[in-house]
Amino acid sequence: MISKWEDLIIETLCRFLIPFMQTYSLYVLVHGHSSPGGGFQGGCIMAACFILLVIAYDLNEAKKRFKEKINVIFCSLGVFIYAGTGWACLLLGGNFLDYGKLSLILPTDPIKARYYGMASIETGVEITVMAIMVSIFWDLVTGGKHEEALEEENARADCK
Amino acid sequence: MIGKIVSILIAIFAASALLIGVKDFPKWADPNQPASLHVSPRYIEKTVEETAVPNMVTSVLADYRGYDTMFETSVIFTAGIAVMMFLRRPHK
Repeated sequence: MISKWEDLIIETLCRFLIPFMQTYSLYVLVHGHSSPGGGFQGGCIMAACFILLVIAYDLNEAKKRFKEKINVIFCSLGVFIYAGTGWACLLLGGNFLDYGKLSLILPTDPIKARYYGMASIETGVEITVMAIMVSIFWDLVTGGKHEEALEEENARADCK
Repeated sequence: MIGKIVSILIAIFAASALLIGVKDFPKWADPNQPASLHVSPRYIEKTVEETAVPNMVTSVLADYRGYDTMFETSVIFTAGIAVMMFLRRPHK
């Protein structure tokens, strides 16, 4: 599953499809404010792009675009953005996650500041969900061995 | 075999206990059910005034229940870290 398919149709189709999927994911994220959507859904769509990349190409190709080290950083960065927004509100004199107080550091009125606060926490949710989904997929599909499993699968394919 | 029978009996017992509980539920879409009388009217009436969000779902998700969403994210984070801990092996 994680080794190379060498199928021109699938690869070309994925190359066309993935940018649109990522754009759609960001659309779902930013429209979560006033319509169905938000961080969890957008993050899952974004993670699906990277999973599709693994299926259509191989694990190495996907890891070239989304490195393991960056993935681990992203896992915690999302939670950090969320809690950081809450703490910023707290430090500016409001309650935890009281976005209106963000207007003191953002050049907007409190109503717009609430919008930006919610957008930033949704972004945090999206980043965490995306990174965790991709990481769980990598671990499950290779049994936790990552590149080693890919080498074994290629060696098995060569034997045949 | 005996384990299977015991587990089927436990499943039947648990299911019937839950089904007996269903009888006491409020009627579907009953405006006087307890869930509709406590905080729902406030969310419906004051969302725009208090949070300036056009969408009620977003106002509950990100504002009134902001803590809840934050720890939902933390739960996903914890799940991912746990999978990494148990499955991922160090590279040679």
